[in-house]
Amino acid sequence: MPHRTFFVFIFPSILAMVLFITLPIVSVVVQSLFVQHEAVLITVENCDPFGCSEQTRIDTEAMAKLEAEQPLGQFAGFANYLNRNHLAVDEIGAIFADNQGLGDIVSQIFNLPFYKALSFTLVYCFLVTPLAMALGFAIALAVNTLPALLKGPTIFVSILPMIITPLVGSLILAWMFNPSGILGATLQSLTGDPTLSLRASPALTWIVLLVYGVWTNGPFSFVVFYAGLQTVPQDTVESAKIDGASRWEVIRHVIIPHLAPLATFVALVQLMDNFRVFEPIVGFSAEANATSLSWLVFNDLVGQDAQLFGSAAATSVITIVGVLILLAPVLRRTWREFNQKAV
Amino acid sequence: MSVATRRPAALNALILAFLAIWVIAAAFPFAWTVWGSFKVEADFFSRQSWWMAIEGTRTQAQTGSAFTLAGYEGAWVQNEFWKAAINTLIVTVSVTLISLTIGTLGGYALARSGYRYAFWILIAALIFRAMPHITLVSGYMLPFFQLNIWGVLPTTIIVLVAINQPFTLWMLHSFFLSIPKDLDESAMVDGCTRFQAFRMVIIPVMWPGVITTGLFSFLLGYNDFAVTSMLLAQENQTMVPKIASFLGSIQNEGNVMFAVAAVVSATVPLFILVLFFQRQIVSGLTAGAVKG
Repeated sequence: MPHRTFFVFIFPSILAMVLFITLPIVSVVVQSLFVQHEAVLITVENCDPFGCSEQTRIDTEAMAKLEAEQPLGQFAGFANYLNRNHLAVDEIGAIFADNQGLGDIVSQIFNLPFYKALSFTLVYCFLVTPLAMALGFAIALAVNTLPALLKGPTIFVSILPMIITPLVGSLILAWMFNPSGILGATLQSLTGDPTLSLRASPALTWIVLLVYGVWTNGPFSFVVFYAGLQTVPQDTVESAKIDGASRWEVIRHVIIPHLAPLATFVALVQLMDNFRVFEPIVGFSAEANATSLSWLVFNDLVGQDAQLFGSAAATSVITIVGVLILLAPVLRRTWREFNQKAV
Repeated sequence: MSVATRRPAALNALILAFLAIWVIAAAFPFAWTVWGSFKVEADFFSRQSWWMAIEGTRTQAQTGSAFTLAGYEGAWVQNEFWKAAINTLIVTVSVTLISLTIGTLGGYALARSGYRYAFWILIAALIFRAMPHITLVSGYMLPFFQLNIWGVLPTTIIVLVAINQPFTLWMLHSFFLSIPKDLDESAMVDGCTRFQAFRMVIIPVMWPGVITTGLFSFLLGYNDFAVTSMLLAQENQTMVPKIASFLGSIQNEGNVMFAVAAVVSATVPLFILVLFFQRQIVSGLTAGAVKG
């Protein structure tokens, strides 16, 4: 296709992506170097019949003027990245200088908002992805043995947790895990602990969030693996059996190698999606016990008093770096494949 | 099939038991919430026993019948959930149509160009696809405030279209690759321009791919929370952010049931979608997986 035609065809797409993906990334990087203006305070003297008192308040007029002149706030360099709410360099140094052993270091670091979010994000990402893939693979194998009549309805039900709006799905489960909901109440009576609840137990919060993750991500692996199973060469399966392979050995040595490329693809997509885990934190109101990087950004943006654009942007940039690290192996492989093709 | 007949009964039972557990795990939360949405709060969140939610003891006592529409009335009429539903309709339909229009053009160009830059665009799209939406949102907010275009539906629609583009491009690109080049080339030999060949020869055979991609664009627009909750003013909210705002305001007043009813209402369209388009959704995921 000639260059000119190509660019005419692709122009709207490129324009949309440059305007609303590339520019925002640039904007995030710029914003991350600024902090919001400090409040301009003025002192006024209030006099009433009982005497005069001095009162300090925020000068809204001066603030508005300042914001109009410099909407980004004041330049702060890398201060946003290094402060307590992000990489917390000073605090980490202090923790290492003064602590009571390894456990203490870990728990102190975990109390810093950024590391708390990072640890949950990584745990969620690297536990949910393999578990959901294993679940999906098991469902795919099982559904594949069903008679045709039952396959349709089973597939229908199986893709519901995936298709559901993440916020809605997490709310539905959160209500069931509520202490007065069906699962929450059952858990309390099973463990004999009447105070057990998501709010009170960080461990339970983490487990329930991971369960939600596997529940909602499993179906994607299922669908992809199920489709992959339809393309397993039957001759290979038959000849393996003739050679005396057991059912398990067929799965292990024929089916799994056949599905391996699909599994790489699924793992990649799922890692990318799970790294931005966000809605479940809101849906389960889990922020006291578990937060994620995306949630930190969200929290800064819906700030109670003022929106902390600089802080949100710094977290965003760190998150983007995280995504790029996750993507690096794929990008390298694609690059190598492309070069081989070109040669 | 011979393989199926030789499976021992114990293994069969195991497989069926596993599937039964999974089907319950997948479907029960929905069934339970739909059932519970017709009860009062004291039943659905019963402190005594979950059996009350099934029998509707309190619902009977409070409303005189085992089922009540109070939750739905509170959400749809009192809290104007219908406005949010209309906004969702506008947003998702526009996002789907615009995404598909510019996506088919772009995907077609990518599939037919052998040059190096086409590859780079696809790689860039892959990276963009991985960007967490909320990090992009934090880039939009300040410029949108400055330009005074924050809070309205068109801005959100355009943003969602853009966020959707990387995925749409990849998917349509792989669908177009499966259509033989000879088709458009012979049309062009017969005197069509490139665009005529695209519109009159390629698109008619592309409908299955376009519909499948459209479904996923629809889902992305419908399921989004990060973008819609941050970029829409309160009066323009779509269903998902509206549900989230219910949680903040309503939970205090003891009207969680409004939120439950709203959640069930927002789930119904998705059910219908899966019911009618199950095959396309499955094939779409597979196509993306096998080729992308």
